[in-house]
Amino acid sequence: MRIKLPNPIPDKLRPRPRRPGDGNGNGRLTPTQATIEASKDAGISVVDWLDERTSLSGAGRWALFRKVPKGTNWFYTLGSATLFAFLSQAVTGVFLAMYYRPDATSGAYESIRHINDEVFLGEFVHGMHKWGSTVMVVLVFLHMARTFFFGAYKYPRELNWVIGVTLLILTLMMAFTGYLLPFDQRSYWASVVAVNINGTGPFIGPYLSDFLRAGPEFGATTLSRFYSIHMLLLPGAIAALIGAHLYLVTKLGTTAPPWSKAEKRSELRETEA
Amino acid sequence: MPNRRRAAKSPYTADRNIPGAFEGETVTRRRFMTGSVQVFGGIAAAAIGLPTLGFALGPVFEREKSHWEDVGAAADFPDNTYIPKVVTTTPGVGEVGKTTVYVRRHNLQIDGPVRDSFDQYVAISNRCAHVGCPVRYFEASQRFICPCHGGVYDFRGARVGGPPVRPLDRFYTRVLNGRLQVGPRFSVNSELRRFSPRDPGEPLDGIGQYLYPRRFSTPELHR
Repeated sequence: MRIKLPNPIPDKLRPRPRRPGDGNGNGRLTPTQATIEASKDAGISVVDWLDERTSLSGAGRWALFRKVPKGTNWFYTLGSATLFAFLSQAVTGVFLAMYYRPDATSGAYESIRHINDEVFLGEFVHGMHKWGSTVMVVLVFLHMARTFFFGAYKYPRELNWVIGVTLLILTLMMAFTGYLLPFDQRSYWASVVAVNINGTGPFIGPYLSDFLRAGPEFGATTLSRFYSIHMLLLPGAIAALIGAHLYLVTKLGTTAPPWSKAEKRSELRETEA
Repeated sequence: MPNRRRAAKSPYTADRNIPGAFEGETVTRRRFMTGSVQVFGGIAAAAIGLPTLGFALGPVFEREKSHWEDVGAAADFPDNTYIPKVVTTTPGVGEVGKTTVYVRRHNLQIDGPVRDSFDQYVAISNRCAHVGCPVRYFEASQRFICPCHGGVYDFRGARVGGPPVRPLDRFYTRVLNGRLQVGPRFSVNSELRRFSPRDPGEPLDGIGQYLYPRRFSTPELHR
């Protein structure tokens, strides 16, 4: 027995096709009705106008209406989740930049205190950015683990794996440079330690530390350097590489999970026929 | 017998039946344009890229000026314990540019003979040689102990336990008109031989001094 589900839209609200007797009696529409009809089509005509000049709908169909392998499951949403985490970081970061001052003497600490204590919803937006960074790092690793254990890094997707690893490194660099910005005791000393760990790389390490600090010691320009890397350099690089990552995913498609079996031979013959 | 070898291509475009070829022309205009676009594009990219790269990398090669800071009357420092003093290592950043220095007079029994004029007083940096946390001197045990990862140093600042890779850094000291001054920082290996200042976590014994070379940004080493 089939269960009949109730209609999601009540009957009264369903649009009805126009009948010959409608309108002002002679089959034509009254001006009011004509305006309503035209406004109903307005959205379609705007999309048509754009599509005629850009052919974007083809690209949209190419990107969104893809064949997906049998057995696709929730693990396949980890990439989109990471993308959402990045977008959330980007949006909250832009708005935090409206209040933040990268001034080492006291401005940075004071502006973060101002955001947390005085700005309306400031603590919430700062918290979203702060905890969102942890969420993003965790999601990147989960997404990477899914790709690894499902064997999705194999031919022809090796380049996408390489781009993904680059994105992982850039994400960790974001977390590293962002940690200094509140400029409190914790972030200051954690960054001192992190830069010194950087310096333990043989040969290049000491010079890398000098580059990050803009000199032999943590100084006034270290903070603005970290700020610039955090909010200009890395987000641009990450956005560009996410574009390349998504293009390759769309072009190559996703892999079937490793436990899904190949189709039976007879079925294969049928489809070939 | 027909000659099977193809005749060598003429270097002149006119001989190769390329439309619009000039007399004596050897490079086609298409090829010339491709080449010049690449050259000028490269020049334009370098004109933007090289100065900005140099701008960002500049501090790596900029040598710091050494400065000396007064920490008190030279006679006030004993030779059997340390007096903590606060000096500014990075001017212009307020509190974070300051660091603690543990100062005492040279002790012939512990430190051996005085090596030079900078060795009359010992000024030990409180920056741990592991990853740079601030260490504290404990009078009872006569040891420097780091709160972060448990690095322990003896009275001379040499490592006796924990993860640090070399002794605590020191500062040059000098006496001027009876006042003690603290100058630039330097690092020491386990035999307390002087090296230009290294960052924490970089060993100086054996191969260490070559794996972590001197940086361009540090002040000149006084011998």
